[in-house]
Amino acid sequence: MTDPSPDSPLRPEHGSLLTQNARTKRRNAAEKRFKYYGMAAVGVGLLALVVLLVSILGNGLSAFRQTHITVEIALPADTLDPGGNRDIDDIKKVFTFGYAPLIQAALVAKVDALNARPDGMSDREIGALISKQAAATVRDHVLANPDAIGTTHRFRLLANGRIDGYFKGRVTMDTAERDGNVTPAQLRVADALKDDGALTTGLNPRFITAPDASDQRPEAAGLGVAILGSLYVMVIVLVLALPIGVAASIYLEEFAPKNRWTDLIEVNISNLAAVPSIVFGILGLAIFINFAGLPQSAPIVGGLVLTLMTLPTIIIATRASLKSVPPSIRSAALGVGASKMQSVFHHVLPLAAPGILTGTIIGLAQALGETAPLLLIGMVAFVREYPDAPPEGFFDPATALPVQIYNWTQRADPAFVERASGAIIVLLVFLVAMNTVAVLLRRRFERRW
Amino acid sequence: MTLAKLTVWGLAVAAATSASARDQVQVAGSSTVLPYASIVAEAFGENFDFPTPVVESGGSSAGLKKFCEGVGESTIDVANSSRPMRPRERMACVDNGVSEIIEVRIGYDGIVFASRVDGPDFTAFTPQQWYDALAANIPVDGAMIANPNQRWSDVDPALPDVDIITFIPGTKHGTREVFEEKVMLMGCEHGGALAAMIEMGMDEDTAERACMNVRTDGKAVDIDGDYTETLARIESNPEGVGVFGLSFYESNTAVLKDATINGVTASTETIASGEYPVSRPLFFYVKKAHIGVIPGLKDYAAFFVADPIAGPGGPLSDYGLTPDPDLAATQEMIANETPMAHDR
Repeated sequence: MTDPSPDSPLRPEHGSLLTQNARTKRRNAAEKRFKYYGMAAVGVGLLALVVLLVSILGNGLSAFRQTHITVEIALPADTLDPGGNRDIDDIKKVFTFGYAPLIQAALVAKVDALNARPDGMSDREIGALISKQAAATVRDHVLANPDAIGTTHRFRLLANGRIDGYFKGRVTMDTAERDGNVTPAQLRVADALKDDGALTTGLNPRFITAPDASDQRPEAAGLGVAILGSLYVMVIVLVLALPIGVAASIYLEEFAPKNRWTDLIEVNISNLAAVPSIVFGILGLAIFINFAGLPQSAPIVGGLVLTLMTLPTIIIATRASLKSVPPSIRSAALGVGASKMQSVFHHVLPLAAPGILTGTIIGLAQALGETAPLLLIGMVAFVREYPDAPPEGFFDPATALPVQIYNWTQRADPAFVERASGAIIVLLVFLVAMNTVAVLLRRRFERRW
Repeated sequence: MTLAKLTVWGLAVAAATSASARDQVQVAGSSTVLPYASIVAEAFGENFDFPTPVVESGGSSAGLKKFCEGVGESTIDVANSSRPMRPRERMACVDNGVSEIIEVRIGYDGIVFASRVDGPDFTAFTPQQWYDALAANIPVDGAMIANPNQRWSDVDPALPDVDIITFIPGTKHGTREVFEEKVMLMGCEHGGALAAMIEMGMDEDTAERACMNVRTDGKAVDIDGDYTETLARIESNPEGVGVFGLSFYESNTAVLKDATINGVTASTETIASGEYPVSRPLFFYVKKAHIGVIPGLKDYAAFFVADPIAGPGGPLSDYGLTPDPDLAATQEMIANETPMAHDR
């Protein structure tokens, strides 16, 4: 140890360690400042997250509740079965337009019985309290139970979106004043129905199971087709991307010679991981739909496109976890006489499996949230039919969760804002669940060497 | 093992492709027609044994382009459009083998000029004011100069004294064409600008094109997305004025107020009577070659223009579509599968 020479700038001005000199003070202050910068950065991030979550939860949680109106509807035989022979084909000829007046009449009778009709309110305005979806609900019930014709049946029907919004605080007397689709008088009738118990707001499982609905019935819109579509797409991505990705990684990592070709492939895989997802959509449109003639809007095309997008992620994760298996394992396997392939499949791959699974799940989660490529292959569509069971269902039209959100944000009716936020919550729940599984797998099975 | 699995799966895929013919109608096109088409598709699925048609958005031009890609199951059956098909598109269609096309006019849609309900007092406009506010170049004393108007009060002292900021449909929308022809060009004619330009030695076509040229200095913002985007822009720009479809406006009267054009308020009645000047017909186009191949296609087309749907008091007019007085002729045309004349 040498003391700093007397004329060195590092030489302390005075000897005591207890009093800080100016230089030390500056250094300590700089360190403190840096700590505050870091805390501020984390704070901004957290704040953004909180704002995002609050706005989404605030807008979207109400989508999981729905207002219903219970009415006794008479199902007269002369209008619903003009032939009188209860032949299902004849009953089908009465369209939903034939059922709407019955529902209106039933609600009008109910409101008049409660003596709740404001002066000058027409029957049509009272009928408008119930969703346009109701006629289909009643007709479906009659088609399923033709014996119900001629009787009076109690139905629990969706309330109109504006009425539903009133009980969720989205619509107020003030906005109703200006709104062309609802009047304050209608809201007062709804209040009277609520006091009577005919109108209730409760849990809405249909938001998860029902298909999409048109702009006139936001209250009936659900995520059923989108969730099923996303599931199909994920199955295709898993079935294709996992084996292809793992096979490619094993070859590149364990078998391929190190030369300029494999270097080139390696660089390109890393590049592929950075390609914007919309490019894969254009590719999918050109190759899978225009060239191969696969159907539009189908999960199979979405799955193929997202497979291409997920492959680099899986390959990079798999190679990293193969690399982290120590060479001593391979040497030991080869040393006791295993072939190269045996050493890979019996020893290296099982040890690398947790890492591969984690990478796959993260890749899948990425694919689940992807919208851009699906835009181009026609999955942003109004689809009300559930796809069939696989494998035929892979070729049926469907939407996916993220594109359903996109679709709903484009709709005119403000009630769809709530639906879109609700769908975001569902998507986030899926993503968080998948990432949690990935983290748990890693924690549970990871081996450190 | 992996390879064997893949092969099996590939075989299953191949089998499924050959076995499953498309059994639902596929529709794409105008985002203005989309809500109407989805209302009809929904009602069609409810009332018929056919599956609910799949309706895509994307704009009139994109829809017609897709429609004209050819005949066959992997192409769409119906294109929605908020403007008539152009001759060039027609030719593209014929070149690709889509020779017989049924043109169906479903009704009329109004275009509304709306601003925030709590914003400046935009209550009455004329096409001439819009031309003066948004033209790229205007004729002044025998020369074309860049539009000097910065505030609405520069255009007309009766208008509010706020900066001109407007949100108009982008060029991929059919609505843009209507805006240019029924607002810009009309305003140009009525204000005498067209005559002045012709006097300056322009031929009529050039002058008309100059009339429809919208300024690009940020006063007129092209919206390529849907009306929800226009609404969002207006919500963040209290002084902005947006161009909306009547049906969209009617769903959002709680936050938007409309302005009259030439003193007439847009409604299905004033559009039907022709008093409200800025309206246009909406169409969809049906591929005749697909009728009988794709189940339910003809029924869907016929159901769309059936009286209980597209007529007065039906769900489409509830949503803001002005019923077509000649609906009966359209219904007959679909029943007879009459294609468009070839000479267009």
